[in-house]
Order: sequence, then structure tokens, then C-alpha cells
Amino acid sequence: MAEATTPIGRETEALYDMAVVRSFALSALLWGVVGMSVGLLAALQLAWPELNLGPWLHFGRIRPIHTNAVIFGFTLGVVFAGSYYGVQRLCRVRLFSDALSRLHLWLWNGIIVAAAVSLMLGHSTSKEYAELEWPLDVAVVVMWVTYAVNFFGTIARRREKPMYVALWFWMSTILTIAMLYVFNNLAVPVSLWKSYSIYAGVHDANIQWWYGHNAVGFVLTTPILGLMYYFLPKQIGRPIYSHRLSILHFWSLIFIYIWAGPHHLIYSPLPDWAQSLGTAFSIMLILPSWGGMLNGLLTMRGSWDKVRTDPILKMFAVGLTFYGMSTFEGPMMALKTVNSLSHFTNWTIGHVHSGALGWVALTGFATLYYLVPRLWHTQLYSLRLAEAHFWVATLGIVLYVTPMWISGVTQGLMWRAVNPDGSLAYTFIETVAAIHIYDVIRAGGGALFLSGALLMVYNVIRTIQQGTSTVPAPQLATAAAAGGR
Amino acid sequence: MSWEWHRPLEAKQLLLAVLSFVLVTVGGLVLLIPPYFLQGTIPTIVGVKPYSALELEGRDLYIREGCNTCHSQQVRPFKTETVRYGPFSMAGEGIYDRPFLWGSRRTGPDLARVGGKYPDSWHWLHLVNPRQIEPRSNMPAFAFLTQAPLDLSLTGRKLEVLQSLGTPYTDAEIQGAAEAAQRQADEVAASLRKDGVDLGQAGVHSEAIALIAYLQRLGRDIGWRERPIGTASLGPVQ
Repeated sequence: MAEATTPIGRETEALYDMAVVRSFALSALLWGVVGMSVGLLAALQLAWPELNLGPWLHFGRIRPIHTNAVIFGFTLGVVFAGSYYGVQRLCRVRLFSDALSRLHLWLWNGIIVAAAVSLMLGHSTSKEYAELEWPLDVAVVVMWVTYAVNFFGTIARRREKPMYVALWFWMSTILTIAMLYVFNNLAVPVSLWKSYSIYAGVHDANIQWWYGHNAVGFVLTTPILGLMYYFLPKQIGRPIYSHRLSILHFWSLIFIYIWAGPHHLIYSPLPDWAQSLGTAFSIMLILPSWGGMLNGLLTMRGSWDKVRTDPILKMFAVGLTFYGMSTFEGPMMALKTVNSLSHFTNWTIGHVHSGALGWVALTGFATLYYLVPRLWHTQLYSLRLAEAHFWVATLGIVLYVTPMWISGVTQGLMWRAVNPDGSLAYTFIETVAAIHIYDVIRAGGGALFLSGALLMVYNVIRTIQQGTSTVPAPQLATAAAAGGR
Repeated sequence: MSWEWHRPLEAKQLLLAVLSFVLVTVGGLVLLIPPYFLQGTIPTIVGVKPYSALELEGRDLYIREGCNTCHSQQVRPFKTETVRYGPFSMAGEGIYDRPFLWGSRRTGPDLARVGGKYPDSWHWLHLVNPRQIEPRSNMPAFAFLTQAPLDLSLTGRKLEVLQSLGTPYTDAEIQGAAEAAQRQADEVAASLRKDGVDLGQAGVHSEAIALIAYLQRLGRDIGWRERPIGTASLGPVQ
């Protein structure tokens, strides 16, 4: 935390738009807590179905609220905050347009609120991570174009000619998500809150998982790698391990990721050749994924002593490790033999959360811990609380993922178990009863993870209370004159 | 190797953006376009017909309540699955499914072949309180569906939109969609009453009735319940 002790953000307040970064950071924190709380409720409902409340708060309706809130609320919020902070410094220029920044902020927050309400009311297309009905889809497209123009416009005006690798990842994210989102959501409206997909059956499944898998690729991976590439070297105080590795794994990652969608449809009516392509590219994906993990971890080489005392670096280190683990596990689950066991079970849920909690959320938390003291020109209120957050979160992940693995394999094996005469050994409900205990433990893991996030909220509030978002007048002039980075 | 060749890319925003975008389009083009043109991707199955007006409303309720978050509709071609659920799912069965509802998690059992497995009254009681039928079930109770009146004001419009997308509804079917749905709902209500279910006032149908009509239709088009065939047989595929 050496850097945080000097209020370096102060000099740049006049130059850069830090207000919008502050707003995005706080919004992300809010949506993170909301999304994780809804996730906890969903987990509890699976263990105790009496907790399903009426038409608006039963599992079928709140599951998409949970996924949308954590993916598009929390994760994108951190990405917007981090990328807007990073792009201004990497380009040494203020964001393209203050008006667009504000529009982006309010459109996005408005969409998240409207999404939660409309999903609670049952306005859903049912397509995973694309549940929002068409009016909200239109709003999302407008919001995304706002972000794109603002971001690309900032880079176009840059005063630093070479673009750092973090910018490549964020640019690729913006372009690819635009393509995925538009094509998967094409639909003909029936009324204001009902539409029918222009794709049917197999074709719809195919395009949905092209989108769904790459939502993981280009919302939960590439922009998070951008955060890692910018904030990890900043926090540790040394450059990224290898620029060549950045080049290699950036291009191969974005090219290969797109092909892997059909691994969600193995043994489905999707044509065999497409399923096989999905499996093959999933296996190939290990290399570029691990390229990113290694580039991050090797950046810490020789500085592991800092990791011992710095919870932010701990979060980056464990985040990268979970990234490596889940990007190995994913390709394994894309193998036909493994998939025949794991598909439709809790193993998938465990896999997703080892990536989402382990990689995305820990990296997101680390980014926010880096940002908040700098955005409010002070030091973090409590390093010990952040340290506690790290341990509680890590324990929570282990308690979440492990029971999901066990329960997934258990259910998969029970579904396929046969008696000597060839009849099925278990009824379906027996497999439901068998995994109840794991649902209970998982809810405990989720509760721990959420309580870690609440520690962070407290820490952030206290940090903001001791800091300031305004800059004393005399320093404005010197900062502007210095053109500080 | 100094990798100097990459430097121009790092300095030119447009070049980097365009190249990265071209790269991400390749996989999509290869995976998404050919299935529309390749022979044999979706073999025609003669028995597969569009949903009736009531079944379509039921399907939209299934989507509204997020039933697909816990129930798959995709039987895989394994002996243990075809024995448990029925014949494996085929591409030709989904041609009128907008969106598809294969799902990704079986918190509850697969429903692709549930049509005809239970009487209507079983579904009614199960929706009201699943634990009344199976104490170990963790499915939410959907009693509110048995109270909420079925809204048929958009039914005709729904058929019209689907017709524009290629579902072979006739203009007459679109015109009479609400009445047809009402008639089919009367039939479901009659079968429920016959089994002793108290439906309250006659004439006004609940959303549960449409949902039951949809569930009873699922997986029936290939006629496997009428003519039990080898568990993995393709049945009347042409």
C-alpha cells in the first residue's frame, strides 16, 4: 500500500474526470451487494422452498435478477469505473465528453433498476443473461454506444501514442459485446413487454450460447484482464512481466473464445460438427487463458513479500489463481465424456462461481480497493478490514465451490446409476434429496462471501468520510500546468 | 525476436480495433451461418405441429415464471435418459420454439416428454403445492397461478407475430385465437372438475389451466406414448 499513502489523485483531479469514476465505483458496490444478496436468497430457496415468496420473489424470477445484477450491475460497474480511470491515465487526456460520461452513468443505473423491476414482474425472454425484454435491450444498446463513443473518442485524442495492453482488452470488449448482444436479442415485439425471438429451436440455442459463452468471455474475462493489466502493475509498482506474452495471449484469446459456445450444447440436437468444434476450441482456450494468468502471476515474481502484507495484492493473486483453475476446469467440462456427467448438474454452478467469485469478484474488489482511496484523496480506512475481507471471501468461495462439485458429481452419478437388470437405480426425487445438504453448505459459503462484501462497504464508507472529492484551489493550477499523468 | 512488427498495431487505434473485430467475427460466422443451409441439420418430422393458442399462452407463462431455470427440455441420447424421460430430443421438434427452452440445469426433472405422463389434476395439485405430492420436492409453490385469471387479449397478436416469422398459423386461426383458447381451456377445466378439483366459478379460467395445457403437449408430437417404440427409436421421422 506504499502508493496509497501519498494523495497522488489530488493533482490529477482537475485534469481528469474523476467524478464519474467515483459514481461508477459506488454504483458497482451497491449492485454488487444487491446482486449477491439476491443470490443468497436464491440459494436459500433451493435448500428451503418455503422461502419462495409469492409471484415476485420465487426462484424462477429471482435467478435472472441475481445473474443480471452481478454480471451487468457489479461486474460492468467495476469495469466502467476501472476502464474510465485507466484510459484517462494511459492516454493522458480527459474523457472524451463529460456529458456522455454522465449520460452513460445514468442510463446504465436506470437500466439496472428497470431490469430488476421488470424481471420481478416476469418480463423475461428466458434466454440466459439476455432475459431483458426488447425496450430494455434498446436502452442497453444506446448505453453501450455511449460508452463506446466516449471510450474510443478518448483514445483518439490521446497524448500518449502507444496503446497499453489494457486498452486493447477494453476496446475488444466494447466491440465484441455490441455484436453479440444485438444479434442474440433480435426479436419481433408482440407488445411493450413481450417479443418472440427471430430464431427458433436449434438455431436459437446455437446463437444463444454463442452469446452466452461469450458473455463469459467478453464481460467476465477480457475487461477483467484489462483491469488486471492496469491495476496489478500499479499496485505492485513494477511493469507487467512480458509484453510479448500480452500480444500472444490477447490475439489468441479473442479469436478462440468465440468458437467455444457449442460446448454448452453437447449431446443436444445441435449438429455434431458444431459440438466438436466447440470442444476443440475449448481445449485450445487453455493456452491463451493461462497466458494471461501467468503474465499476471509472474509480474509478482520477486515481490511476493509484498503479497504477505497487502490484501489488494492477495486478491489479485488468488483471483488469477482461480482464473487459471476455472479456465482449466471449463475445457475439461467441454469434453464429451466429462460433459455427459457434469451437464445439467450443480457442477456447472460450481464452475461458474469459481470464475465469478474467485476471478471476477476478487479482481473487482482489488480494483475498487485501489481506486477508492485515490478517488477520495486519502488512505484506505482500514487495511485490516480489507485483509479480513480477503480471508472471509476466500473461505466463502471454497465453501461455495466445493459442495457444488460434490453435489454435481453426486447427482450426475445417481442419474446414470442402473441396477443389474438395467433399470434405473434412483428416482429423480432421490437425487434431489441427496444434494440437499450441499445446497445448505453452499448458502453458507455465499453468506460468507456477501459478509465480506459488507465489510468492504463499511471500509469504503469510512474511507470516503475521511477523504474529500474536492480539490483545494491552489493545487488546480499547478496540476494543470504540470499535465500530470 | 523483438516483436517490432506489432508496434504499428499498438499505435494505430483504428487498425487495432478493426483487426480485433474481424478476428472475433470468424468463429461466429462459421458456427452460426452454415446450420441454416446444411442439409440434414433439421430433418422434418411429420407429426410436429404449431402450438395451439392456449398452449402458446401456457408456454409464455412457463417463460414468465422462469420454469426453464430449473427444468430442462432436452433429453440426451443416453440409455439412462431415454429410460427415465422418453425418446431423446430431436432438432425437428423445436422448429416452432421461439425461444428454445432446453435449459441448462436440472434442479427438477427434464420436461421435454412430460406431456401425457400425469393427469391434468396431478399438475394442478402439484402447482398448488408440490410438497403435497412429493414431500422432498424443492419446487416453489405456484398456487397464485390457479388464482390469476388467464389473459387472452394478446393471443391473436401473438399468433400473428409468429405467423410473420414462419409458423404456419392460418388467418382464421389468428382471428379465432382467443375463442379457440377459451374452448380448449373449457376442456381442461372439465377434466379437472371430473377429478374433483374445485375451480371456483365457471367460465373464467386461471393461468394454471393454460400452463397445464402446454405441459400436456410437451413431447407428444412424435406419438411415442400412443405407439411405444424402442426407447431410442426415431419414431415417425422422415
